[in-house]
Amino acid sequence: MLGTTVILAFRAINRHKMRSFLTTLGIIIGVAAVVTMVTLGNGATAAVREQISSLGANVLQLRPGQGFGRGGGGPRPPNFKEADLTVIENQLTGVRAVAPIVQSSGTAIYEGNNWSTTVYGTTSAYSQVQSWNVAEGRLFMPEEEEAGKAVCIIGNTVRTNLFQGADPVGKRMRIKGVSCQVIGVLATRGQGGFGDQDDVVVMPIKFVQRRFTGDRDISQIMVAVDDAYDTSTVQSSLEELMRERRKIKAGAEDNFNVFDTKQISDTLTGTTTILTQIVAAVAAISLLVGGIGIMNIMLVSVTERTREIGIRLAIGAVAREVLMQFLVEAIVLSCMGGVIGLVIALIASVGIAPLMKVPFTFDPQVNLIAFLFSAAIGVVFGYFPARRAASLNPIDALRHE
Amino acid sequence: MVPDPIISLRGITKIFGSGPTAFQALKGIDLDIAQGDFVAVMGPSGSGKSTTMNILGCLDVPTGGEFLFKGRHVETLDRDQRALLRRRYLGFVFQGFNLLSRTTALENVELPLLYRGEDKKTRYDMGMAALDKVGLKDWWDHTPAELSGGQQQRVAIARAIVTQPDVLLADEPTGNLDSERSVEIMQLLTDLNQNSGITVLMVTHEPDMAAFAHTIVHFKDGLVERIEDGQGAAQKGMIG
Repeated sequence: MLGTTVILAFRAINRHKMRSFLTTLGIIIGVAAVVTMVTLGNGATAAVREQISSLGANVLQLRPGQGFGRGGGGPRPPNFKEADLTVIENQLTGVRAVAPIVQSSGTAIYEGNNWSTTVYGTTSAYSQVQSWNVAEGRLFMPEEEEAGKAVCIIGNTVRTNLFQGADPVGKRMRIKGVSCQVIGVLATRGQGGFGDQDDVVVMPIKFVQRRFTGDRDISQIMVAVDDAYDTSTVQSSLEELMRERRKIKAGAEDNFNVFDTKQISDTLTGTTTILTQIVAAVAAISLLVGGIGIMNIMLVSVTERTREIGIRLAIGAVAREVLMQFLVEAIVLSCMGGVIGLVIALIASVGIAPLMKVPFTFDPQVNLIAFLFSAAIGVVFGYFPARRAASLNPIDALRHE
Repeated sequence: MVPDPIISLRGITKIFGSGPTAFQALKGIDLDIAQGDFVAVMGPSGSGKSTTMNILGCLDVPTGGEFLFKGRHVETLDRDQRALLRRRYLGFVFQGFNLLSRTTALENVELPLLYRGEDKKTRYDMGMAALDKVGLKDWWDHTPAELSGGQQQRVAIARAIVTQPDVLLADEPTGNLDSERSVEIMQLLTDLNQNSGITVLMVTHEPDMAAFAHTIVHFKDGLVERIEDGQGAAQKGMIG
């Protein structure tokens, strides 16, 4: 019974190739648009997530002031001191590593090459907090950190611009007019959401404080949370600890903020996910239009084939068989449209993903849902015309001109 | 002993519409058709012959009266039950051939077998056998547009007989054909009637065609006016 109707459906589609193609075009475009959008959107989300995770997983960033800006007027909130660092390290439970950061910018010079870059003053704990590895050379020695020696580890962008092909390890370069020795090169981290992450020079914090910032303040503290502990628990105890140390009265606002990188990650990926959903929803409207196109053509087809329906009824087709024939025809059309749409989406995604600099991710679930949806469109929009065909009176249908 | 008729109409009435615009097409038809008969139905338009044929073909139901087909009361059957009855026992030939366009002769002939759920090989074998019977075996892969009117009607006859029906209903089968083709079609129907034992019911306007039948039923004003023997009966008698 079902086999028969499928045969009949394919014969009918085959008899009207051009019309069948035009009928499915709406579905093809709809499915292709939705799946391409979702695939690229997922790729973008994955790219954002990857960039964020390069900031380090389960890392809390402690900064003075509220939010990223200074916020409002009033006195500038105080920076942190070395004592804060020690207290966090010793008193806070669930801490894997703590690294201070002092930031400065300046020009690096090597043999007549100039390069403007960012200087980070930190300790070797930084490599544990962030997933930063040294590709060549070594990290700071404890005595270098203690004494604030003029040594530096450079990012790949700095290396390329200053040293070109030469091996920088062991060479001396000038940074902000001070001579320092290059002891290592960081592993490439690539273009991140926060600019070129390879355009850095990392130096012992004491050196940067002494020679560049001129005080012993720490502008930022990175706290890596042990995997065994809950980040949000550690975050609230860190906040409590800092309120106590900074003598903030109950009810008063914090003059510092703790940022969970996971939160940033969730926020940003959430944003791209919502964008993807909006674009996919717009594309889904074209699917709906495609469905209406199928219904339109099927209704025309039923009218045009009234005599055929009459013949079928006369030679003994029951109403259900005629209904099934037209329904299956609509479903076969929409499924074919779905499959073609998926193929086009696949080709388009593979082609566009590199242009958008996002990874191509094949999501079987999205493809399956899109296909099932196209089949469902065939059922929904094919039912009404099929119903009309099945309810025709054979005598009238045979007389139809 | 006279065998039970395959078709028996008793007091069949048919009223179209209702209220003041109602029109009574049939006013009480009594008619018996014996198994193996070849019946021609004649009458002016509006005499009720087409309405009667629709009822006999189980395409329509009477307003009143009894219609026995092989002992079953057709007037009580619903739409789908009548469809199944058509599928099993009836074959239809129309004036306008009514073949599916862009569809080969064989596919057209196979169509009733599809609805019977026959497999591909059976469909092919039975379809080709039916085409052979109407002399169009070599034309199996031609579409209606590539066939002459006479050939199209023969394909339609092949489609009607492929299921080996008990009754073949032909509605002016020669209405669209010239006299030479018409005679060929009538000879084919006569042959099917005599050699395959199919009861043939045929509506026609042309006395020449009606003459091929054994029995000629004349309709007038929604009633059977008279029933006479056709020349086919004499021929049969001669052959017999």
